[in-house]
Amino acid sequence: MDTAGMLKPSSSELDLDRPNIEDYLPSGSSINEPRGKLRLRDLLDISPTLTEAAGAIVDDTFTRCFKSNSPEPWNWNVYLFPLWCFGVLVRYFILFPARVIVLTLGWIIFLSTFIPVHSLLKGHDKLRKKLERVLVELMCSFFVASWTGVVRYHGPRPSIRPKQVYVANHTSMIDFIILEQMTAFAVIMQKHPGWVGLLQSTILESVGCIWFNRSEAKDREIVAKKLRDHVQGADNNPLLIFPEGTCVNNHYTVMFKKGAFELDCTVCPIAIKYNKIFVDAFWNSRKQSFTMHLLQLMTSWAVVCDVWYLEPQTLKPGETPIEFAERVRDMISVRAGLKKVPWDGYLKYARPSPKHREKKQQSFAESMLRRLEEK
Amino acid sequence: MVYEAGAPFSCSSRHSMIDIVLFSLLGESMGSASSMLTQYDIEEVQEYCDHLFSQQEIVSLYERFCQLDRNAKGFISADEFLSVPEFAMNPLSQWLLKMVDGLNFKDFVAFLSTFSAKASAQHKIELIFKMYDSDCNGKVSFNDIMKVLRDLSGPFMSDDQREQVLIRVLKEAGYTKESYLTVDDFFKVFGNSNIKMEVEVPVD
Repeated sequence: MDTAGMLKPSSSELDLDRPNIEDYLPSGSSINEPRGKLRLRDLLDISPTLTEAAGAIVDDTFTRCFKSNSPEPWNWNVYLFPLWCFGVLVRYFILFPARVIVLTLGWIIFLSTFIPVHSLLKGHDKLRKKLERVLVELMCSFFVASWTGVVRYHGPRPSIRPKQVYVANHTSMIDFIILEQMTAFAVIMQKHPGWVGLLQSTILESVGCIWFNRSEAKDREIVAKKLRDHVQGADNNPLLIFPEGTCVNNHYTVMFKKGAFELDCTVCPIAIKYNKIFVDAFWNSRKQSFTMHLLQLMTSWAVVCDVWYLEPQTLKPGETPIEFAERVRDMISVRAGLKKVPWDGYLKYARPSPKHREKKQQSFAESMLRRLEEK
Repeated sequence: MVYEAGAPFSCSSRHSMIDIVLFSLLGESMGSASSMLTQYDIEEVQEYCDHLFSQQEIVSLYERFCQLDRNAKGFISADEFLSVPEFAMNPLSQWLLKMVDGLNFKDFVAFLSTFSAKASAQHKIELIFKMYDSDCNGKVSFNDIMKVLRDLSGPFMSDDQREQVLIRVLKEAGYTKESYLTVDDFFKVFGNSNIKMEVEVPVD
């Protein structure tokens, strides 16, 4: 396993809210339950278990969640090939430099206003906060422009109100940028290394972002407390959580961590669907650094995506946080056309514990014990 | 030895910065890894697995192989197999690992070919036998079976209970605690009954 890949998985999750995988696992495994008497043949026949294992080797829904889709090549004939070559020239030698210029300009404008605002307006907290919010939104617009982001927003825009959390499905860090250009969200994220980390601790701090180190247990408590404080504040920026806790390839949704659903807040779901016509927006953090991911986006024609702000949901009486999380996941997956899988995104970094196989073992043991009781 | 044989089928995935830009261009123009397998490669693998898989299926399996072989070593390590949670959660995963750990692409396909719908029942029974015969001495003892049963039933039965059931069942089939089962015994025990051991390779 590469250590670099382990450091990078992106934003927003808390270990304290890890749900039990057992709650989600489909019951009724295909382990054979022989009818009638258990014979030697039934005992020796391990084919169902073997078949399951081989099936998992050949294909499994978990790995599918994190598979990047390579673009369908379309330059396969004499007429299309020159066209594609022309496209490459335009994208790499005209669009890309132009975008670099746009982004650089954006940074210059942003930094030359942000730094004075941040240091000079120390006394006027309200004004400073407002200006900083606008500036961060502006900077994100520059980012979106640097990959010609064609984003359609549907539904009412988020508003600043206490006791509400926004949750969205997660494909790449650019989700955050796309959402941030409309509304300055405060987001919970994993502390990143490199230039992203620098941004986190300087600029994103000002919009109220909360971050943590996945490996530090002490951090989790602090984050949990910060989280509660944040949602109570009346004029804090709305809080955004990516409850999947890891980037998924925008075809599937993995289990939601229940943390966001336990805050006793209104949950406002956001569904994000990318159109893969020009580029795959999935950030495969195992294969690519975030910089490479951005370069890939910047050399494509455009990033096309839809964002839906869905109807706010509250915990129904008698509903557990996990059921609530599943209900919201349903809404998001239906809207964005994603398939739901019963996996915890954390399994990318950890092995399932031996406890998880107990269900299968239990049904096998039961069939054997039944045999023992027969005389 | 196994490792060397894997070399011609290793897949590339690690690149330097400049390589990635070039590679992304190349990727855009050539498509997926499937194009790295030539017709000869496919036919060679097909022959190796007794034509139990179609060419399409082999291409799919190759993509899967490259996906699991994250560091492009030409074989899949135990750790990489266990990164598939559905596999790691299987009660027999440790036994299977002994058979699949470090397989190169050809042997990987050969192993999976037993699960093809076209594979014979005999083929499948032989695989089951091999699972039990952990010391590879060509016979399965009472203890060999007990070891597998232990993993299958986990903490839900005591060793005593397992032993009782096994002795009783063996006796009914005409064996004792001391008898060693050979492949032929397995054929006899399974008889002509249908073994459902089929895995479909997704082809898109």
